[in-house]
Amino acid sequence: MSAAPKQEKQEKPNRRTRAGQPPSIISSGVSNEDEVMLDRAQNKSVRTRSFKLLGSLIRPNRRQFIWTAFLVVFSQIARVAGPAIIAFGIDHALPSLLQGDSALLWAAGITYLIAAVLAATLTAGYVLAAARLSQEMLLDLRLRVFRHTQRLSLEFHEKYTSGRIISRQTSDLEALRELLDSGVSSLASGLMYMIFTAVTIFVLDWPTGLLLLVAAIPMTFLARWYQKHSQIAYRSSRVVSAKLIVHFIETMTGIRAVKAFRREKVNADRYDELAEDYRKVTVRSINLNGVFQPGLVLIGNVTVAAVLLFGGFRVLGGSLEVGALLALLLYSKRFFQPVDQMAMFYNSFQSAAAALEKVSGLLEEVPTVRPPKNPVPLKDAQGLIEFDGVEFRYGDGPVILPRMDLTIPAGQTIALVGQTGAGKSTLAKVIARFYDVSEGSITLDGVDLRQLSPQDLRRAVVMVTQEAFLFSGSVADNIALGKPEASREEIEQAARAVGAHDFITSLPEGYDTDVNKRGGRVSSGQRQLISFARAFLADPAVLILDEATSSLDIPSERLVQQGLQKLLGNRTALIIAHRLSTVEIADRVLVVHDGAVVEDGTPADLISGNGRFATLHAAWQDSLV
Amino acid sequence: MPTQTTLWESLRRLYPHLKPIIPRLVLGLFAALGASVMVLAIPQVFRVLVNDALAEGQASSTVWIASGIVLVLGVLEAVFVALRRFFVINPATTVETNLRTSFYRHLQNLAVAFHDRWGSGQLLSRAMSDLNLMRRWMAFGAIMLVVDAITLTAGVAIMFFMSWPLALIFLTAAVPVMIYGFRFRTSYSRVSRKSQDQAGDLATTVEESVHGIRVLKAFGRSREALDAFSDQAEELRETEIHKAKSLATFSLIVTLLPELALGASLVTGILLAVNGDVTIGGLVAFFATAGVVAGRVEFIGPLLAMTFTAKTAIDRHYEVMESENTITGPPDPRTLPDPHGEVTFDDVSFRYPDAKDTSTSVIDGVNLTLRAGETMALVGVTGCGKSTLLQLVPRLYDVTGGAIRIDGIDLREFSLEELRRHVAVAFEDTTLFSNSVRENVLMGVDAQDDDDAILTEALDVAQAHFVYSLPEGVDTLIGEEGLSLSGGQRQRLALARAIAAKPRVLVLDDPLSALDVRTEELVEERLREVLADTTTLIVAHRPSTVALADRVALMENGRISEVGTHTELLARSDHYRYVIASLTEEPVDLDSELEELEHNDQEARA
Repeated sequence: MSAAPKQEKQEKPNRRTRAGQPPSIISSGVSNEDEVMLDRAQNKSVRTRSFKLLGSLIRPNRRQFIWTAFLVVFSQIARVAGPAIIAFGIDHALPSLLQGDSALLWAAGITYLIAAVLAATLTAGYVLAAARLSQEMLLDLRLRVFRHTQRLSLEFHEKYTSGRIISRQTSDLEALRELLDSGVSSLASGLMYMIFTAVTIFVLDWPTGLLLLVAAIPMTFLARWYQKHSQIAYRSSRVVSAKLIVHFIETMTGIRAVKAFRREKVNADRYDELAEDYRKVTVRSINLNGVFQPGLVLIGNVTVAAVLLFGGFRVLGGSLEVGALLALLLYSKRFFQPVDQMAMFYNSFQSAAAALEKVSGLLEEVPTVRPPKNPVPLKDAQGLIEFDGVEFRYGDGPVILPRMDLTIPAGQTIALVGQTGAGKSTLAKVIARFYDVSEGSITLDGVDLRQLSPQDLRRAVVMVTQEAFLFSGSVADNIALGKPEASREEIEQAARAVGAHDFITSLPEGYDTDVNKRGGRVSSGQRQLISFARAFLADPAVLILDEATSSLDIPSERLVQQGLQKLLGNRTALIIAHRLSTVEIADRVLVVHDGAVVEDGTPADLISGNGRFATLHAAWQDSLV
Repeated sequence: MPTQTTLWESLRRLYPHLKPIIPRLVLGLFAALGASVMVLAIPQVFRVLVNDALAEGQASSTVWIASGIVLVLGVLEAVFVALRRFFVINPATTVETNLRTSFYRHLQNLAVAFHDRWGSGQLLSRAMSDLNLMRRWMAFGAIMLVVDAITLTAGVAIMFFMSWPLALIFLTAAVPVMIYGFRFRTSYSRVSRKSQDQAGDLATTVEESVHGIRVLKAFGRSREALDAFSDQAEELRETEIHKAKSLATFSLIVTLLPELALGASLVTGILLAVNGDVTIGGLVAFFATAGVVAGRVEFIGPLLAMTFTAKTAIDRHYEVMESENTITGPPDPRTLPDPHGEVTFDDVSFRYPDAKDTSTSVIDGVNLTLRAGETMALVGVTGCGKSTLLQLVPRLYDVTGGAIRIDGIDLREFSLEELRRHVAVAFEDTTLFSNSVRENVLMGVDAQDDDDAILTEALDVAQAHFVYSLPEGVDTLIGEEGLSLSGGQRQRLALARAIAAKPRVLVLDDPLSALDVRTEELVEERLREVLADTTTLIVAHRPSTVALADRVALMENGRISEVGTHTELLARSDHYRYVIASLTEEPVDLDSELEELEHNDQEARA
């Protein structure tokens, strides 16, 4: 058996998460995102890159940022003014009114109204400004991550599982959204409110202020206790609900198998257990609240009683006015209100910080296949491909494609033959520049692939793979992916050319059938036909088919086979196929073994020779008799 | 589908579940009321204190007493707040969990046709967020709505008692706030829903852009993908800002109106105090009470809105719960302990329930008999109805005309449990569950002593020996939460699962399509033994699969057009030749042929 590394078809199952990534010392990119313990230097660099990212998001929105900060400070000052004005009214306006002077009363009344209007409008303004700022930053970040993900080379996508890339872009950004959405605005306003309330209390009566500071001690402990435990509860609730959801979704999407194998009872029992676990974690987190909320009320109320006791004596002693006491009571009652939100904020802050670390790591990842700075234009490619001293390996890994020179004249149809793992797909992928060669160069019409702009390259070279991925949308949309500006007529023509027209018209809504809608009922063979039509429509100079017909049934394959000759007419084509019938339409056959081309010739030459292909062909001839 | 119901009717549907916990809910209500009483009582202490104790320079003992009373009331409030949760949480979460599990059971029993119509995401949001919402409404919303209404009324009454002109001023501000609060919540939840939907769409785009990265790269369409994504993301931003705008307006109105009223009250109150129409203590108590009541005013609109959202959740829940199961066993089923396994299709026709009336039936009068122990290959072009026909045998769908019989007994006369014990299936799209390999393969096996032997045998027939080299062998977890397997590996496990069930009737839908030719050959060799005495209906796309069968049924446009052996059909049917034979030759797999060559080379060298 050959020792060729199996890169093409991975028989080895891959772990979805925490793929065997080497432990890294440097903390750039995504390399250490799964490591729980980072040393101090790494920690620092991870944090620096998060802050750098945050800074780069704020910078373009500097004005909005300053405006938002301005609004939060002044709205909270206005909000705090109310009780002090009431106190003024009772202590000063009332006595002076008794003496017949109403000026102070009107002053107090008008000041109160102004403060009220200011507080309300500034708060509303702040809510809106904060939302605009955070949405602007979020949009920027979303686009950056999306664009960067698309830019990253296939090598990265193969290593870093799709599930993780998706969660970077969904749940991690969601965590940031939550923080920006409610967290920041409630933290900023809550914090400002507490600060200004405390200042006002000190100004009104500093001994009461000291009393409040004493009350803040147990409050701090309570808040910290709650924050710590609620985070644990929140995490375990996430874990448990994820299990429940997976089980639920698996049952519903696999309902045929569930029914056919009579799994209803076992499933329901399992679901009962999971639902009960979920109930328990829910109860636990509600109970935490059940201690925290009354705790807040208790500390607040005890403080009010203490303020009343302390202030009452001072009023009796004449060192404090009644109205001022009322204001102090109102202030101390309200002082602790934001604590609730701030404890919650801390949790969303932590998950957002973790998310930001991961996202910034992804953004730091450098694409290994980069577009050129000064691309050489190539308008109408002919399709001449030349390998000049090409060698390929993944990073520092073993050589996959040993040094080779190869010329594929424009318009030639090449069949790549070789056993699984021989390197056929890798060869195809370097021609499509999914990977860059490690040594030497591949040129198209004399231009190094690395010198071509992505637009020119993709217009000239198209690769169709076995897994025919369809995007949500109609059948027509999916074919049009090959040429976005194509008319319906062109789309239908492409479908006809590859023999897909008949089945498409028999779909419920023909070309407008939504491929992902349940009941769309598009089989894997039909998917391949659609992706074939897509390639036909793109009309590239070089077409690479990597087992693109493997799922077709015999009549469809036959149709494709007929269309193929037309399709390949005068373009350069590379075909990787299982079945020998495909090879017959090739101008030239390359037999690949351990990444090297071991036989090269026309099908007829190779058959008449005495190499591997000849033996193979002879055996096949025998089997037909 | 969704029927229009009034709020009251919807709530009544929930009543059977609420009934057992009503005593606890009432206790919770009383606790919440208790807390409200404490909150409203504290300002009264202030009043007495200011009017009687402080103003006239009385003994210091009254300050002690007043503070003591405030302390006791304050502690009691905290206790009552805690008690409400204590009374309500456990029963409410229990009701939630019961609803959740019965929902799941019901869904599992509903016919496959139902699941074709409903995406699993739709069902999930009903099982998770809707039920969470219902629980929160039971434990919190409903109780607080009642308590707030009472507190509000009592608070306003107290304020009237303190000073009716001041109370009137307050009320003119409070009523619009309540009405607006309700309207706001309703429209806000609509916008929230929209933003949730848009975020969901955005996530779908992200998923596709990652899963389809090869296609996007191959056609150089990252730019277009980014444009589409960017449009969606901007839409989402607009919705979010729209949300923030209505939130800002809400906070403007809700804070401004009561504050304006308080400002007016301040001036009026002092004027009144000068005339002696209100005491200073009364004024103090008024402001303290107004502070309490204003909070409730803000809250009552959202609580009402929450009630209506809960109603929608209840309706959505019962919409599924009241969907009828269309595929059920008969009241007194026939049993057949040891069937021979003769399967007859008698003028069977079928159309999907969601098919348009104008479309033709998918299965249109199929007549076919499988003798006991016979293997029948089903051959036809894509879309002729083969897969659909197979799904009728385990009653995943019911025939819409004619009948299918096992040993002469209509499928519909068996219990579903028994029918599906006799019939095992393996479909093209293989579903494995998050579980061990063992569990997945033995799914259709009723617990027995020789499980291990059955497992080994089934894995061997399906050539699924790769499982032994998995990290934990047959106990390795696979599926969503475990290892992911390749298509060929999954297919072999699905086949092993069907074989392990040792059914009388085996239904296989192109079970070898993802296997390479060499493995396919090995599987076929072993499968022949199993199929020898099992009645089997097998969809075949390749001659090699047909070779497993005793006879072949050719399917065309939902009918069986020919039945015979492979050779007979080759000789007499053009359509059969068209479907099963390449124009010139039988396809040969190059890869495995080369592999064999390689093997021979090495042997020669050795």
